[in-house]
Amino acid sequence: MAEQPKKKKIKRGKQKQLNRSMAGNALLFALMIFCGIFMVLPLVMIVNNCLKPLDELYQFPPKIFVRNPTLENFSDLFVLMNDSWVPFSRYILNTIIITVGGMVGHVVLASMAAYPLAKHKFPGKNVLFSMVVLSMMFSWTVTQIPQYLIISWLGINNTYLALVLPAWSFGMGLYLMKQFMEQLPDSLMESARLDGADEMTIFWRIVMPNVKPAWLTLAIFQFQQMWANTGSLFLRDEQLKPLQFALQQITAGGVARAGAAAAVTFIIAAVPITFFIICQKNVLETMTTSGMKD
Amino acid sequence: MAKDEKNIKAEEVEKDTKAILEEKTEKQSALLDRAGVDALEAMEYSEKTKKAIAKLSEKEIAMANEKGMSLEAYAVAKKQGTLGYRLKRSSWSYGMIAPYFILFFFFTVLPVIMSIVLSFTYFNMLEFPTWVGWRNYIKLFLEDDVFMVALKNTLIFAVITGPISYFLCLLFAWIINEFKGWTRAFLTLIFYAPSICGNAYLVWNLILTGDRYGYLNGILLKLGVVNEAVAWLKTEKFILPCLIVVQLWLSLGTGFLSFIAGLQTVDKSLYEAAALDGVKNRWQELWYVTLPAMKPQLMFGAVMQITQSFAVADISIQLAGNPSVNYAGATVVTHLLDYGSTRFEMGYASAIATVLFLLMIGTNKLVQKILRRVGE
Repeated sequence: MAEQPKKKKIKRGKQKQLNRSMAGNALLFALMIFCGIFMVLPLVMIVNNCLKPLDELYQFPPKIFVRNPTLENFSDLFVLMNDSWVPFSRYILNTIIITVGGMVGHVVLASMAAYPLAKHKFPGKNVLFSMVVLSMMFSWTVTQIPQYLIISWLGINNTYLALVLPAWSFGMGLYLMKQFMEQLPDSLMESARLDGADEMTIFWRIVMPNVKPAWLTLAIFQFQQMWANTGSLFLRDEQLKPLQFALQQITAGGVARAGAAAAVTFIIAAVPITFFIICQKNVLETMTTSGMKD
Repeated sequence: MAKDEKNIKAEEVEKDTKAILEEKTEKQSALLDRAGVDALEAMEYSEKTKKAIAKLSEKEIAMANEKGMSLEAYAVAKKQGTLGYRLKRSSWSYGMIAPYFILFFFFTVLPVIMSIVLSFTYFNMLEFPTWVGWRNYIKLFLEDDVFMVALKNTLIFAVITGPISYFLCLLFAWIINEFKGWTRAFLTLIFYAPSICGNAYLVWNLILTGDRYGYLNGILLKLGVVNEAVAWLKTEKFILPCLIVVQLWLSLGTGFLSFIAGLQTVDKSLYEAAALDGVKNRWQELWYVTLPAMKPQLMFGAVMQITQSFAVADISIQLAGNPSVNYAGATVVTHLLDYGSTRFEMGYASAIATVLFLLMIGTNKLVQKILRRVGE
């Protein structure tokens, strides 16, 4: 932020339109391009790698860009998939249940709990909220063991619930939703209350539509987290394991499977990216439609 | 005459009322019902208040008089101040938070408490834990040299990457917010790419490879900056700076996206008002309008940043190895992982986690205090 005063100077003199100068725009654009190249590097490499034939993958020194693109890696991957012990569609089904279940449940429960914490007054509110914030600071590596014991004690070990239920109670979602809901003007809810709406109706009809950017963002985070989950700690049955686990088994096959592994890396990244784009586009759309604030 | 007019008027009023009553829509009837309920409640309420006033002790009456309150007001205040009343009034709130907090208690609160208790024990995950009191903590601070190195590295790491990452998130989110439409969606994706691509930081292994085929070495050799290839991730003095750079590159994650969403919720009319009030350029606009309006997101971003900066471990293990050369890349969490998942000393690992926990709480308190001053 050191260049701040310099920029101010450039802009003084031509500020007739709404606070935006050409020089400022050009500078920001240049900065974005420069940093953007660095940031997009992994994406470029993943896409290029999955199109490389084996000899290019093992080329030394490695090149970023592919020279003879081929889809061989994907056909190899499909052959390997068909060989798997459990049908691959089963892995996909498991992943859908775990990812969608974990995501939707978390967004709903965390938002529902965030609303009273942000907008109601009740005894114990502050204690509960600080517990959530503090919980995010405790290393999960350590809590994994007690969590395992609790999940076994509840008897949900080796079921989808062992992955989905803890995901519903992650701290971050509640914190994020609460922060956004705090910004809503009280008058919005008050008028609905005068019309005789109960709190649940207010939550669904008024609060949630107004914090759409927040829960779409939360959905992105949660999707990413659930998608990356291999479930190896809690799921023993092959029948229950998610796609992520099966794909990683394929990549663990060593040198001969390097091509398939590159295709796997691409798929593992492509799914959350697709989801990200869909959500992000909707976050953007809310910009034009939300005029609800006072 | 006058009487007739009055009669006619009265008739008209009656007619109107009837018409209204007949034509009443569902909503109106609901409103009327509600008004009726309100009236009943109010009557009941006044009865209750009378009783409550009768129950007031002499001392309380004296106090009410002293404060210039009416006895009714005092009685109502007394009743509403009781915990039971407040709990009853909040049944909606409790109902709505219950599902989340029941799960939260089982899967987060209980494990954290169990871990803190375990930090006072010796626990190797096979035998039942044995109580050792403060011994883990004493060993941690007085005997464990590696922990001191790890603590120092973590603090350096957090102090550098924490604030810089935070400002980068804010800066980029804010710049991206200046763009419109698909450019914007595309830019968001590009900048978020390192966080969404899973193990994307492994790309840096290629860049920082220690022989002359590593990209960085290649460029530096060509430019004549260095004479021979540098083993970036195997040389003590380069490890931490390399990790810091990679972490900064990775930093546009949770905080960044929440800022992007936060900028969406800033009321656009605030900007117009600010322009009229003499806000001249986008930097002033940022400080006086945008930042104060998105304070809740700033707080959230700060907490996420703290948890990320202090808990850094994965990139250190993947790039520098665990243990790294002379522990130059050791952080508190790599140390914790070393004890927790390699040596199975869960008691000791829990003690490390507890110390880290306290460190983060302290930092968070400090940062929240600073953030309250934004835009003043």
